[in-house]
Amino acid sequence: MPSTLPDGDPAPADGSLPDSALAGARERSFGVYLHVPFCAVRCGYCDFNTYTATELGGGGSQAAFAATAALEVELAGKVLGAAARPAATVFVGGGTPTLLPPGDLAALLDAVRATFGLEPGAEVTTEANPDSVTPEGLAALAAAGFTRVSFGMQSAVPTVLAVLERTHDPDRVPRAVAWARQAGLDVSLDLIYGAPGESLDDWRRSLDAALACAPDHVSAYALIVEEGTRLAGQVRRGTLPAPDDDDQAAKYELADDVLGAAGYGWYEVSNWARGAQHACLHNLAYWRGGDWWGVGPGAHSHVGGVRWWNVKHPTAYAQRLGAGHSPAHAREVLTEEDRYVEDVLLRSRLAEGVALRRLRPQGLEAVPSLVADGLLAAGAAQGPGGAAVLTRRGRLLADAVVHRLLGA
Amino acid sequence: MSPKAMNALAPAATPPELIRNFCIIAHIDHGKSTLADRMLQLTGIVDERAMRAQYLDRMDIERERGITIKSQAVRMPWESAGTTYALNMIDTPGHVDFTYEVSRSLAACEGAVLLVDAAQGIEAQTLANLYLAMENELTIIPVLNKIDLPAAQPDLFAEELAGLIGCQPEDCLRVSGKTGEGVEHLLDEIVRQMPPPVGDPNAPARAMIFDSVYDTYRGVVTYVRVIDGKLSPRERIAMMSTKATHELLEIGVSSPEPTPSDGLGVGEVGYLITGVKDVRQSKVGDTVTNSAKPAAQALGGYRDPKPMVFSGLYPIDGSDYPLLRDALDKLKLNDAALVYEPETSAALGFGFRIGFLGLLHLEIVRERLEREFNLDLISTAPSVVYEVTMEDRKVVTVTNPSEYPVGKVAEVREPVVRATVLAPKDYIGTIMDLCQERRGDLQGMDYLSENRVELRYRLPLAEIVFDFFDNLKSRTRGYASLDYDVDGEQAADLVKVDILLQGEQVDAFSAIVHKDKAYAYGVMMAGKLKDLIPRQQFEVPIQAAIGARIIARENVRAIRKDVLAKCYGGDITRKRKLLEKQKEGKKRMKMVGRVEVPQEAFIAALSSDAEAAGDKAAKK
Ligand SMILES: Nc1nc2c(ncn2[C@@H]2O[C@H](COP(=O)(O)OP(=O)(O)O)[C@@H](O)[C@H]2O)c(=O)[nH]1
Ligand SMILES: C[S@@+](CC[C@H](N)C(=O)[O-])C[C@H]1O[C@@H](n2cnc3c(N)ncnc32)[C@H](O)[C@@H]1O
Ligand code: SF4
Ligand SMILES: [Mg+2]
Repeated sequence: MPSTLPDGDPAPADGSLPDSALAGARERSFGVYLHVPFCAVRCGYCDFNTYTATELGGGGSQAAFAATAALEVELAGKVLGAAARPAATVFVGGGTPTLLPPGDLAALLDAVRATFGLEPGAEVTTEANPDSVTPEGLAALAAAGFTRVSFGMQSAVPTVLAVLERTHDPDRVPRAVAWARQAGLDVSLDLIYGAPGESLDDWRRSLDAALACAPDHVSAYALIVEEGTRLAGQVRRGTLPAPDDDDQAAKYELADDVLGAAGYGWYEVSNWARGAQHACLHNLAYWRGGDWWGVGPGAHSHVGGVRWWNVKHPTAYAQRLGAGHSPAHAREVLTEEDRYVEDVLLRSRLAEGVALRRLRPQGLEAVPSLVADGLLAAGAAQGPGGAAVLTRRGRLLADAVVHRLLGA
Repeated sequence: MSPKAMNALAPAATPPELIRNFCIIAHIDHGKSTLADRMLQLTGIVDERAMRAQYLDRMDIERERGITIKSQAVRMPWESAGTTYALNMIDTPGHVDFTYEVSRSLAACEGAVLLVDAAQGIEAQTLANLYLAMENELTIIPVLNKIDLPAAQPDLFAEELAGLIGCQPEDCLRVSGKTGEGVEHLLDEIVRQMPPPVGDPNAPARAMIFDSVYDTYRGVVTYVRVIDGKLSPRERIAMMSTKATHELLEIGVSSPEPTPSDGLGVGEVGYLITGVKDVRQSKVGDTVTNSAKPAAQALGGYRDPKPMVFSGLYPIDGSDYPLLRDALDKLKLNDAALVYEPETSAALGFGFRIGFLGLLHLEIVRERLEREFNLDLISTAPSVVYEVTMEDRKVVTVTNPSEYPVGKVAEVREPVVRATVLAPKDYIGTIMDLCQERRGDLQGMDYLSENRVELRYRLPLAEIVFDFFDNLKSRTRGYASLDYDVDGEQAADLVKVDILLQGEQVDAFSAIVHKDKAYAYGVMMAGKLKDLIPRQQFEVPIQAAIGARIIARENVRAIRKDVLAKCYGGDITRKRKLLEKQKEGKKRMKMVGRVEVPQEAFIAALSSDAEAAGDKAAKK
C-alpha cells in the first residue's frame, strides 16, 4: 500500500459497515489482502507503508505481528457476519512478507481459513524479495496452502539495481524461481523500467533474464518518483535525472513486444500472463470492483461501495486491535458518480475493457473519436457486446482516454 | 517667526497679498510626505495626537506603493514677521504617466519647492517636473532634504541644483523632514520669496480644476484654484469645456480635513462638491465659471487625457467577466484617463481593451482590479496606437495588433517620446547601447555635475512600453532614472508578427514590431511557447509568421505516455483523487483549436520578464 493515506470520513470504532455495503454480498467475489509492513532496508524509490527493524526499535512488533493481524481477521468475520464467505483469493503483500518466518505466514493463512474458509482452487499469493527466501521456506509456504509467489526482481542489471538501492544479487532470482517451482508454486516477477541511467539495452537484458526464468506472470512498472522518497530528493537536487516519459514509453513498447513474442499476453496495462489462467485473480478483483478485506497497517479494503483504510503505523495498529477497536482510520462511502468514475478508471486498464453497456451516453459518444485517434481498438468496440479496449498506444495514454470517456 | 499662527485667515476674505500657493516637486522617497507632515504640525492644523505618518497619503494604494497618485491641496496658516499668511500646499503626482496632472498642479501655484534627497541628488522625473515649473515661471526654492543622514552630501548636490536652476549653492535650503530642522525657515522663505497670486476680483469667476477625486460618500470632490472673481456656496457653476452646469452644494478648503467656507476668492485654493458621480464631469484642466455670469474665455492649457498604452485585460475565470466590467465602471469614477471597451479574443475569451496614460497607470489599474475587486487577470502585451495608411489611402487606427489591416500598407506611423535619462557618467555607454537597440535617436547630452549626465533621446513609445525601464535599471544597477513625454509620431518600418499553434492564429500573441526585430520576436515567442505548452496527444507545430510568410518554427512533440495513476495496490481512492485533480487542471486550460494551453502559459508568455515567467510556469 502506498504510504500516504487519503482523506476520508471517520470510520466507526467497531468497524461496522452500512447495510448497503453488505446487501447482496454473497453474489460478489471475496478476497483477503494481508499487509506485512516490514523490510530489511528501505529502497530509495519506495513509498509503501513499510518499516525497517531499526525504525521500529528492535523489531519486537515484528514477532507479534501475525498474532495481531489475526485479531483483525477475526474482527472482519464479525463485521461481515452473514455476508462472510470463503475467500477466492488471498494476497500477502508488503513490505516484505517473507521477512516473517514461514510459520507466521502459515498462521495468518490459517486465520483466514478459520474465519472465512477458502474457495476450492483459491489463489493464495505472497510477495517475496529474492534474497529473503530459501528452498525450505518456500516449501513450507506451499505446504501451508500458498499457490503463488511474486518476486521483486526489478532488474537484472547491477547498475540499475544499485540506483534502485536493491540489495539482492541478480543471480539469486533464477535460483529463487527454481526453488519456488520445486515447491509447486506459480511464479510472478515484478520489474521496474525507466530508472535513471537505465538504457534500452539494460531493459532488454532484464526482460530476457526474466523470461529465462520462465515465470507464469510478469508485472512491469514504470518507475514512479514518489513524493517524500529518497529518490525524489535526489531528483529534486539534480543528483539523479528524472525518469523520461518518452524513454518509459519506448521501454513499455519493448516489454510488450518481448513478452508478447514469448507468449505472455497483457491482461492489464502493467501485467502479462502466460495464458489467462495465470492472470492474478486477486488484482483482477481490484480492477473489477470486487470485495476484499485488507488486513494490516495502512491496508485498504473495499466492500460493496465502501472503501476504508487502516491506521498506518504498526504500533497504532496493534494498540487499536489490542483495545478491541477497529484499526480503520477513515473511510468513504462511494456515491453513484464515484462508482462510475472508478468503474471506467479501473476497467479500462484491463484487456477485457469496459463493456460499452456500462458507459453513460457521454462516454459512448467519445468512443468513435477514441477509435479514430488509435486509442481504442476498433474491433472490440463493435456490436452489442462491445467494449472499450485500449490499443497499445491507448495503454500508454490511458489517463487521456479515461478523461475523454468521462467527458472531461 | 512663530511656530503657529494665532488667528488663521478666513477663506473668501483673504486678500491675495496674504496668500502663497506652492507645490513640492520631489522624486519618490525623497521625503515629500514627511516634509508635509512636519508642515502640518508646525502650522498647528494637525495636533500631536491626530498626527500619523504620511498624513496626506489617503488612498491605500498610495501608502503601500509609496506613490502619490492623487494630489490634494492643504491650507495652512503661517505667521511670518508679524503677519499671518495663508499657505496653500498643492501636492503633485510624482510619476511620468501623470505629466498632465502635474502641469495643472503647477499652473495653480506661483512657486515650487524643489525637494531633493541630499544623499541621492536629483532624478530624471524631478528634473522633468522642474523644467515644467520653470516653463510656468514659478519661483523655485531649492531644498536639500534628509541632511540628518550621515550619507548626505549637501555641498555636492547644492552645486548640482545651483547649476540647474541658475542660483548660488548657498541659496539651497537645508532641511530634515524627519527631525524638522530647517522647516520653519523654509516656511518663512516661501512667504518671503514666492509672489502672491494676482487676479481680478471683479471679473466673472474663473477657477482652474487641478484635481478631481471620487469619494464614495460625497461624490466627486473637485480641487480648484480661483484666478478671477469669486465662487460662493449654492451658486450655479458651469464647466467651460462641456457647458455642463451644476449647483455648488459645498465649497471649502482642506486644512487638512475638508472645511466648508463662505466661498473662495482670487488666488485661493479649495474644493467644490456638486453631487456629480463621475470625474469625467469635472475634468482636470477645465475652467469653472458662474453659469449666470460666465467668463468669456476659458483659462488656457486644457487637454483631454489621451491614452498612450493599450492592453487587453481578461479574467482568468471567464465567468468573472461581469465582475471585471463592474470593477472598471467603479474605477472609472475616479480616473478620468481610464478608457476601455469590450474586446473578444479567440484565445482569452471576453475581456476589455484598456487605454492607459502609461505603464505605471496600467500597473496601478491592474493591481487595484486584482486587489480591491479580487479578480485574477491576464493582460496582453502592452501596445501603442498605430496609424496605418493603406495604399488606397484609407487610414486605420490600431490599438490592438489584431486590428492590423490585411492588404497593401502604404505607411505605418507610431508615437514617439522625448526621453530624459539621468545617470552617473560611467553608464553612458550602457545607456547608449540600450537606446540604440530600442531605435532611439540621441538628441543631446549634458553634464549635471562632474559625475552625472543627462541624456536626451527620441524613442518610439512602443520600445519603452516593453521592459525598457526594467532593462535600464538593471543595466545601470538601479542608478539611472527615466522620464519621458509624448513627442509626436513618426513613420516606421513596422510589421505584424502572428503566432500560430497547429496552424491556428493565437490573437493574444500577435505583436506589431519593427521589421528588423520581427525575426527575433518570432523566434523568442515560438521558443517560449515551446517550453510553456505541455505536450499533447498529437504534435503541435508553433509558427511565427508575417502574413503568409513563416519566420520561425518550433515543435511540441506528441506525448507518448501519460499513464501515471498508481498501477499497484488497492488504494483506489488515491487513483480517483488523482484523476479528479487532473480534471481540475484541465479546467484551467484554454482551448486553441484542439490544443490545450494552460493559463500559466499565457501569463508567462505575455509577461515581459521571460525568464522569471518561464520559471514560474515550470514550477506549476
Ligand atoms: N533620515 C531621513 N529620512 C527621511 C527624511 N525625510 C523622509 N525620510 C524617509 O525617507 C523615506 C521616504 O519619505 P517620504 O516622505 O515617504 O517620501 P515621498 O515619497 O517623497 O513622499 C521614508 O522612509 C522617510 O522616513 C529625512 O529628513 N531624514
Ligand atoms: C508492494 S511492492 C514490494 C514488493 C517487495 N517488497 C519488493 O520490493 O520486491 C510491489 C512492487 O511495486 C513496484 N514498485 C514499488 N515502488 C515503485 C515505484 N516507485 N515505481 C514503480 N514501481 C514500484 C515494485 O516492482 C515492487 O516489486
Ligand atoms: S523491499 Fe519492496 S516494499 Fe520494501 S522498501 Fe523495497 S520496494 Fe519497498
Ligand atoms: Mg509620498
